[in-house]
Amino acid sequence: MTVHLSILLALPAVGGLVGAVAGGRAARWPALLGSFLALAYSIVAIVRFKSGGGLQFVTDQDWISALGVHFKVGLDGLNILLVLLTTVTFSATTLWAALREDYERPGLFFFWFGLTQSAVLLALTAQDLLLFVLAFDLMLVPVLFLTGIWGGPERVRAITKLFIYTLVGSLLMLAAAIATAVMSQGDSTLSFAFSDLAVRIPETLGSGTQDWIFLFFAAAFLVKMPAFPLQGWMPDGYGNMPLPVLAVFSGVLSKVAAYGFIRVLLPLFPDAAQHFQTLFLLLALASILYGSAMAFTTTQTRLVLGYSSIAQLGFIVLGIFSLRNEGVQGALLQSVNHGLVVVPAFFVVALLSARAGGSEDLRDMGGIAFRAPVLAALFLVVALATLAMPGSSNFAGEFLILLGVFKAKVTIAILASFGVAMASVYSLRLFIRTVHNRVGPKVQSRELSVADGLVLVPLILAILALALYPQFGLSRSEASVKRAVSAGVVK
Amino acid sequence: MIAAAAEKLHGPHIDWAGLSPIVALLGGATIVLLVGLARSRTTRQVVVPLLSIVAFAAAIGLSVWQWGERKDLIEGALRLDELTLAMTMIFGVAGIATVLLSWRALAPREAAHGEYYALLLTAAAGMVVLAGASNTVTIFLGYELLSIPLYVLCATEMRRASSLESGLKYLIIGSVGSATLLYGLALLYGATGSTDFSGMAAALEPGGDLVSDPLLLTGIALTLAGIAFKASVAPFHQWTPDVYEGAPTPITTFMAVTTKAAALGVAIRLFDVALIQAQPDWGPLLAALAAVTIIVGNVGALGQTSLKRMLAYSSVAQAGYMLGGIVVASKLGVQATVFYLAVYLLMNVAAFAVIVARERETDRGDDISALDGIGATRPWLAWPLTIAMLALAGLPATAGFIGKVYLIDALVSGGYTWLGVLIVIGSMISLGYYLRVVAAIWMKPAPAEAAVPALAGGSLGAPEHEEPRTRVAGWETVFVGVLFAAATIVFGIVPSPLFDAVEDVGRAIGLL
Repeated sequence: MTVHLSILLALPAVGGLVGAVAGGRAARWPALLGSFLALAYSIVAIVRFKSGGGLQFVTDQDWISALGVHFKVGLDGLNILLVLLTTVTFSATTLWAALREDYERPGLFFFWFGLTQSAVLLALTAQDLLLFVLAFDLMLVPVLFLTGIWGGPERVRAITKLFIYTLVGSLLMLAAAIATAVMSQGDSTLSFAFSDLAVRIPETLGSGTQDWIFLFFAAAFLVKMPAFPLQGWMPDGYGNMPLPVLAVFSGVLSKVAAYGFIRVLLPLFPDAAQHFQTLFLLLALASILYGSAMAFTTTQTRLVLGYSSIAQLGFIVLGIFSLRNEGVQGALLQSVNHGLVVVPAFFVVALLSARAGGSEDLRDMGGIAFRAPVLAALFLVVALATLAMPGSSNFAGEFLILLGVFKAKVTIAILASFGVAMASVYSLRLFIRTVHNRVGPKVQSRELSVADGLVLVPLILAILALALYPQFGLSRSEASVKRAVSAGVVK
Repeated sequence: MIAAAAEKLHGPHIDWAGLSPIVALLGGATIVLLVGLARSRTTRQVVVPLLSIVAFAAAIGLSVWQWGERKDLIEGALRLDELTLAMTMIFGVAGIATVLLSWRALAPREAAHGEYYALLLTAAAGMVVLAGASNTVTIFLGYELLSIPLYVLCATEMRRASSLESGLKYLIIGSVGSATLLYGLALLYGATGSTDFSGMAAALEPGGDLVSDPLLLTGIALTLAGIAFKASVAPFHQWTPDVYEGAPTPITTFMAVTTKAAALGVAIRLFDVALIQAQPDWGPLLAALAAVTIIVGNVGALGQTSLKRMLAYSSVAQAGYMLGGIVVASKLGVQATVFYLAVYLLMNVAAFAVIVARERETDRGDDISALDGIGATRPWLAWPLTIAMLALAGLPATAGFIGKVYLIDALVSGGYTWLGVLIVIGSMISLGYYLRVVAAIWMKPAPAEAAVPALAGGSLGAPEHEEPRTRVAGWETVFVGVLFAAATIVFGIVPSPLFDAVEDVGRAIGLL
């Protein structure tokens, strides 16, 4: 079986489209099938993937020849794990939406949801700068509709903020991408392919130009993550997204931004990356401290997870801007870890809120462990993974990140280590306040249903599997990370 | 004997093949006008629009046939090349869409069908003349030939004061524009000693001291102002919202797309062919105008509640984007502008078709509230408008995205990176109003339609029976909306055919 990535990219969207055409309650099944086929396909791809073999399963076709844009997609060590993360979490989330939620106009919901997954996969596999930018922006369009139609009470304000923040970033990125290609063109034909740009940029672009292009890209990525100080849309956005959308947004879409740093900025603009290293390390540090501090003061469970994501993504940025192999590898691993952890965490929070009379406030929850031991146990695994318990894959990720940063800037690394401690505070606080403690006023404990288990258990198993064998990810990404970092690494 | 005499007598050579698109439009206008005099109602209401469609389609077909020809017609007064032909196709497609949108409209009924459609065809012919002009006299001729029918068409809903106001306002401001243009053209003639574009270009050859001549500069400035009136480029755009709002919506559709295309077409020819040597003079001026236009248009659109006014301001902003392609005076720039014009046609017609439909279905006119909740109730109208809005904002997977990429590409290549960044900033601001439309469509609840007659005094017992709803949008408006929106998506994913066509246009202009 040859792996044509275009098929993988199309499967979720086609499934969603068939579902939309079918309409009504039947819409969920084609969508579900699409996302599970994509999962199967990505598993085949990772089995056949050769570690250290460079770019594989490449599809390269002229798309807009006048602009030198290629439809070029491929898998390498940088994106293969994230692709798998995407297919795993989207399958679980689609299953959740299909089994548990009962939306109005389900056809439309699953169509947009499938399109989100296809756009994310395209962004991750794109090997052409304009294609990447296109997919990066395209991811957002379905989120607009999903949140706007099926979101919480403040949904219109939420999407307005979300859209203005993220598209300001994305459109600047578009301008920067075009400028990159045109200015590096020289005497040859226009090309947006990463492989061409990597050769041309050092020869043609002055450091001033590289700097502003770098900052335009970085702004887009930092907004999408979100990272301090560009997180202003997050409380409203996270508070009002429908749960499946929230899970994949926080679990996967934010990782595409982190991936953008590694895929686009480090290899293409190594000088600028070094130039701004301290600035971005400080931003990452601020994200960690701010996110952690907010996460253990807010009482909204969604926002606890939202702010903890800011902190976790701060760690990821920290690793990337250590500009060391270990740090970047740790960042990649941590991206996968956080995605795998935060998606079930959102599901658990939804289950807990369903048992607390619909309230998502910590003060209304508590004491379900007696009646729902399985749910509590599953949540414990998630919580321990979040706080990077030694033995968990998150521990390996954070360890690598800090190792990289210690080599680069010792002071920042020491300060960032406090973030590890703070992670245990907020994740244990969330766990204890919801599962133990006094039984909340409106809480009615009951065990999780079979449908919930179908969604949660495989995700928890994936966390455990990765904890036992983090080498699964590291060995596949090592060679590619070295290549990506080699341009800018301080020897 | 007559044949023998005709052989001896050598009149001027007339290239009928080259003129055929104009002939089709003007001939069509004449026939439509005559058929419109018929007694039979069916003839007037059905045959006349059908004949108009045939005339527009013939103009498109003849342009396809002539594609690839490059020649001067009528002693160099008109230039036939891919630019003229591409513009003719844009006018033709917009014309057909307008005829379909006018099918059940009030305007042709009040103004008599024959006159209405004949004026439409004449205006289109004027636009072809303007886009093909290669002589300052022809510019003025085309400018007037397109304007005068449009003044009348704006006022065709005679019983509505705002329609008359719109026509009058357009007439007065348009005349100021004409006068400015004429004065500018006269000064250009004074400076270069030629009315012909090639003569002007020759007079401006490098080495001459003409390039910074004040007479020439004043001429350029005034001509630019005259064209800017038609293209609604700021600060000459003030008429646009009022006229767009007051005119019958099908006519607004036609004007929004075609006058802009015609004005930008002639701007390409005037600046990038005749005055190309003076580019250092007019380049910064035009860039400043484009910048002002982008800001003014986008900021102006933000607070609007009337969809037509909003689209008017949005069209101002879009004119600013497209002007960017002319600023850089490169082949790439011309291609980007023409590409964007084609895309602009698709997006705008799709949006206006939905507005026409909603004006007929509700009594809320073109107010944004007319769209509340149509995502659930009228998906076939909701989708085209959604796609049009996303495309106008430049979101990916639509042709609008590719158009913007192309323009920014041309600007960066031409050394105007800051204007490219400004286009991006403009797009960000524009999301503020385009998304409001999308939010109204999908995120607001549909108002309970039955509540209105009940409040008006009717009992709860099925008010529909007392007053049968005659308000139908008509399948043809839905068809136009869906077709153009689909094309927006298709060209967003498979843009190569459009790229190939504008490549020919770019080559025809002969820039580097």
